[in-house]
Amino acid sequence: MSNVSTQEVQYNKSGQRIVSPDYLLFEAPREKFFMTGSEAVKEAVRRASVDASVSYPITPQSEAAHLIGELWVEGYVGVYFRGESEFGVMSEVAGCALAGARTITTTSGPGTLRAFENFPMWAGTRIPVQLVLMARGVNAPLSIQPDNLEVGFLLDTGCMIWYAENAQDLFDMILAGFVVAEHPSVHVPVITVVDGFFVSHTREAIMLPPDDIALPPYNPYKAPMPVIDLEAPPGRFLRDPFVMKSNYISYATHASWQFEVRAAIERSRPFAKHYLRGLVEEFGNPDADIVFVAAGTAASQAKEAVRLLKDEEGIDAKVVKLKTIRPFPYDELRAAVKNAKYIFVPEFNVAGWLEREVRKALYKYSDAEIIGAPRVAGGMTMPAEVIVSEVLSNLRVK
Amino acid sequence: MSFKVFQINEEFLDVMPKEIVELQENATWGNPKRGVMDLPFHKELIEEHSLCAGCPEAAALRYIMASIPAPEDTVIVNSTGCTSLVFPHIAMHTIHSLFGNQNAVASGIKRVLEYRYPDRVKDVIVLAGDGATVDIGLDCTLQSFFRQEKITTICFDNEVYANTGGQESGMTPKGHVFKMAPKGKQFEKVPMWQLAIDSGCHYVARLTVSSPKRVESVIKKAVYVAREVGPTYIHLYTPCILEIGLNSDQGLEEMRSKDKERFEFFEYVSPQAQEVIEKRKAEGLL
Repeated sequence: MSNVSTQEVQYNKSGQRIVSPDYLLFEAPREKFFMTGSEAVKEAVRRASVDASVSYPITPQSEAAHLIGELWVEGYVGVYFRGESEFGVMSEVAGCALAGARTITTTSGPGTLRAFENFPMWAGTRIPVQLVLMARGVNAPLSIQPDNLEVGFLLDTGCMIWYAENAQDLFDMILAGFVVAEHPSVHVPVITVVDGFFVSHTREAIMLPPDDIALPPYNPYKAPMPVIDLEAPPGRFLRDPFVMKSNYISYATHASWQFEVRAAIERSRPFAKHYLRGLVEEFGNPDADIVFVAAGTAASQAKEAVRLLKDEEGIDAKVVKLKTIRPFPYDELRAAVKNAKYIFVPEFNVAGWLEREVRKALYKYSDAEIIGAPRVAGGMTMPAEVIVSEVLSNLRVK
Repeated sequence: MSFKVFQINEEFLDVMPKEIVELQENATWGNPKRGVMDLPFHKELIEEHSLCAGCPEAAALRYIMASIPAPEDTVIVNSTGCTSLVFPHIAMHTIHSLFGNQNAVASGIKRVLEYRYPDRVKDVIVLAGDGATVDIGLDCTLQSFFRQEKITTICFDNEVYANTGGQESGMTPKGHVFKMAPKGKQFEKVPMWQLAIDSGCHYVARLTVSSPKRVESVIKKAVYVAREVGPTYIHLYTPCILEIGLNSDQGLEEMRSKDKERFEFFEYVSPQAQEVIEKRKAEGLL
């Protein structure tokens, strides 16, 4: 129907052909590879026209950070260095983003906490930095094992929080993360979470588009705040909420600024829905009255539990996997649990932050019993059998 | 030609505040020979500041703003404290981020600006107090020196946490009584200028702001050396007259007295920095 395209083919700084996010994520032919989650980060960054990345060693995210360094050597990333600490790194990437760069970094566990003061600053400064968080236990006692307690701490920083289940999710989410975070009506940071070790260090099959195509580069002149590159007016500009006065206007400004950051996260919903193919994913019998609400590898284990319950006990169950935690998929979750009698929230942390989120979202929307279990922490695994026995013991009590 | 970002759309000229119009008409853009001698004749880049009357920090800021060789192509990163009260009043691109992370933010900005504009000169200057530079931010300050970031770091040393109400800082001289040091400070003033040299700065100066011309000279040297060689550091004494019990007309006198003591003029120039300074002198820019 359309005439022969006269559109000019464009290339990014690394010489890759620039394609639309939709083409890269949904249309480009994909080939099967076998790789770790860390390697999936590399492959996503390779196709993301990334300008800058700053790294710091901490298990289990170090390999992903090394591999981004290799991309810098190969010419796929413009700026890369090792910072002095996670606090320094998150400030350095803030500087990179303020100067107009598409920026990504990675961290884990205690590193997240060392860096913490930066996350609300990122959001308040309205920079679309992407942090790939490979969740790990938080000290003390010392643990380097998978545990996602730190995600609970991040919920109210003003950053979007997405949760990848596996390497494939992580690859697609990193690419989608830049597109959504940089949308002019959103323009807040995105933290892409994945469970450390379970995903970062585990090889699995992953479908990748060709590596000679990439996302369109970040255009800082579309940002809702002036980029600090001395090319954009106004000439007098303090890149910080201008609240350095003690008066009612400045208090009101500060308050409205923070509300606006939250509103920006809300505005990301339609874009996230499109690029992630929905904010939740359901698995199992859609009408089941036993529902697992989970994120990350807890969702993988819950899927396995659904299979076991069906095959061995003849019980129908389903999983509602949450792909985004901020924005929280209220409508999707409420619709998905409308038949539920029991809602289990399996989690890899001691606090049960996801259970709290689920209870808040379902208050007055569901009569189901919400059970914050099973819950493991500090590197414990969550075998599907443990989930099954949790379900069975709850059913027997009734 | 990025100073065009300071130009006002003609159709808005009649509704713009006078001080903004004056910036376009009478500030010194695009002239590396600008300096403190312009102060009486040209529009300053700093508008009415909000510091205490007679604050030497205000004088320092005025001299620095008048001396920066290319304000239209300079980003200033500052930190929390009295200085951060002034930055909303400065006609430049400035960033306040957190307390103590200023050299880290500046490192990211400088590297990305070099990457995005490889053929252009864009200067990055850090300007922060002694608490931000030496205490809470020492890690980021020194690490940026170790990494040889091409940024100029200016420390306003008032020897106290002034903005929070007068607490002891690492730059307080031993024995001085401040809040949080009710028995007097128990350890020596941190020799930050020496740490800067040992950490790889190519140009280091320590001085009071009693002499505007001297401030102009060190600022220009520091910016030119940072542009071509590596990190530079300027340590300025800007006493908090409020916290040391002086009147608003006594700041200059206080600085002059310290010119002969612990803030005696001191300058370190590395051989590479010396080359840059000689070259700029030959060009008439220093």
